[in-house]
Amino acid sequence: MSTPLLEVQHLTMRFGGLTAVDDLSFTAREREITALIGPNGAGKTTVFNCLTGFYRPSAGTMILHRGGRKYQLERMEGHRVARIAGVARTFQNIRLFVGMTLLENLIVAQHDELMRASMFSVAGLFGFSPYRRAEKAAVQKARYWLDRLELTASADLPAGGLSYGDRRRLEIARAMCTGPTLLCLDEPAAGLNPRESDRLNELLLSIRDQHRIGLLLIEHDMKVVMGISDHVVVLDYGKKIADGKPVEIQHDPAVIRAYLGEPEPSFETEPSASPRDEDR
Amino acid sequence: MTAEAGVAAPHRALPKSFAWGALVKDAAIGAAVALVLAVPLVGFRVVEINGDVTLTTRFTWVGIGVVSVFVGRLALGLWRGSRPAERKRSGALVAPLSRFGRRHATGVAWAGIGFAAILQFLPFTTRGTVDLATEILTYVMLGWGLNVVVGLAGLLDLGYVAFYAVGAYSFAITATTFGLSFWEALPIAGLLSALAGILLGFPVLRLRGDYLAIVTLGFGEIIHILLQNWTSLTGGPNGIGNIPRPGLFGLVFAASAPPGETTFHQFFGLDFSPSQRIDFLYYVVLALALIVNLFTLRLRRLPIGRAWEALREDEIACRALGINPTNVKLSAFAIGAMLGGFAGAFFATRQGFISPESFTFVESATILAIVVLGGMGSQMGVVLAAMVLVLLPELRFLAEYRMLIFGAAMVLIMIWRPGGLLSHRAPTILLHGARRP
Repeated sequence: MSTPLLEVQHLTMRFGGLTAVDDLSFTAREREITALIGPNGAGKTTVFNCLTGFYRPSAGTMILHRGGRKYQLERMEGHRVARIAGVARTFQNIRLFVGMTLLENLIVAQHDELMRASMFSVAGLFGFSPYRRAEKAAVQKARYWLDRLELTASADLPAGGLSYGDRRRLEIARAMCTGPTLLCLDEPAAGLNPRESDRLNELLLSIRDQHRIGLLLIEHDMKVVMGISDHVVVLDYGKKIADGKPVEIQHDPAVIRAYLGEPEPSFETEPSASPRDEDR
Repeated sequence: MTAEAGVAAPHRALPKSFAWGALVKDAAIGAAVALVLAVPLVGFRVVEINGDVTLTTRFTWVGIGVVSVFVGRLALGLWRGSRPAERKRSGALVAPLSRFGRRHATGVAWAGIGFAAILQFLPFTTRGTVDLATEILTYVMLGWGLNVVVGLAGLLDLGYVAFYAVGAYSFAITATTFGLSFWEALPIAGLLSALAGILLGFPVLRLRGDYLAIVTLGFGEIIHILLQNWTSLTGGPNGIGNIPRPGLFGLVFAASAPPGETTFHQFFGLDFSPSQRIDFLYYVVLALALIVNLFTLRLRRLPIGRAWEALREDEIACRALGINPTNVKLSAFAIGAMLGGFAGAFFATRQGFISPESFTFVESATILAIVVLGGMGSQMGVVLAAMVLVLLPELRFLAEYRMLIFGAAMVLIMIWRPGGLLSHRAPTILLHGARRP
């Protein structure tokens, strides 16, 4: 097992009287795909919004380890979570810069490096060579991802013209261009056909194997979850009801109850894996 | 009947006559464009005889022009051969023009610059033409400045005139109080306007769209009221007069030089003529506008420019990519305001006198109209729209119908081209290099 990358402890998020996330603790590791699943309204996206700095949690800590340093995500501003701690994310409803080209989308993601290289536009304005080198490197990095997505031919076309599946994959590539330590994917397989879904799985697995980062995944498609994740955390009404390997989760009675209601007596008589602690 | 015709058509095989129809239509469209352009540019001419100003018409010339465009376009279509008329129908009037502009963008730009540079020496150019061209270029500068805020960063600003005013007043005040020359006071005016832009930027950071528009509208009014009532600094409604004119490397444009200075006509051994100053001002604004253009084009290709456009597209995605929206917005406001300030300083030095009357909401609306009409984010579009918006009200023969026609024209343009005259967005960077069509 690899080192822990993200440690979430006692995370709680309340909106007025509603407790969307209730005392949630889990760990995500480097070079692992951690899936966060649960029925609709279980609080998965809220967890993501807390992690990526869009919400400030009501209680709890989220510690990210990067380069031997610890970052307390709950204390950082949204854009700093992405830039300094290296938490990149994609959105449930894809948020590409649709009017800009594929290449531009991937280059905007490298804003921070380029901005520093251009000395806040001063050096860039005069076209000094350090900036031109940095820009070339940024294009190279974008090119790498375009090649990987097999979208190099349409690099100079607006991102709005891509098919749905390609948009999903481009959004992932854009997040990867920020050089993240943790990549958070909010329902990447939603709305994809089986073929697109397979291509996505391939991409996610290759990212896991080739880059030293951790992946955190919200997903409804059980084929994706069970097929690629190394570790599954199940939420129901904001609480963690199970945590373990996909095979264990599949047979967890609490999970089955959460998804299907009370089990029919004849449905599954004896669970093959022992129920995990339910954290209630 | 219809079904029969539908079936019969392929058998008759009329590609030739079909192409002819399209060609004639295409040529007619070209001729219509030529007509629209030629009537104001060629059709009317103001002639001054013994102090009497009369308008002469040259409709024969217009006719010749339109017919030659029609014939030329037809010939071009024939020469191209069998290109079918499968083009999109959007914006029949301006679309061919825009397509041409897109394909030959650099060529058109250089032709425009060349034309602007030699405008003074063209046979039909009068003092009025130069004045008008100067006014157009001032608006072009303002349009390019606002384009940064509205077109690139997508922040709707209804109070842009505030920065124009700040530029004009800070130039006028520094020049008259500290005796600074135009070239010394110009950067100060730009800097102060940029500061005003940041000042406005801070309270509106969280606002977008309509809400932002209302606050900026208020900011414009605040500046206007401030100018009118801060009498000790701005002179109130009386304004500020005796603003120094720009000189050319220490040479002044005047009939006789103040002690210790040389006039332009003395230095070059010319006879004095008041038009020398007007011509010089024209070149000053042309140079300023070109610098502004170069500056904004360059910025657009830098990370900051891409961040502006990304912010316009999706602010939340920007944040998720580690871009600080606060900095991006403030930089857009500051740079837009600075460019507006330069234009204001030029306005002040050209007029020699400024008062709050020149900085009303109508100015903001005009500048915004230039940006929207031209196509948000398009540099060339701004030039085109500035020409339309300055020249249309100059159609004096329309007399009292002038503004009616003006309004109707704007409505029609927005119906034909909802994205503006030139709504094409050129990518800031290409992977495959420039592809020539």
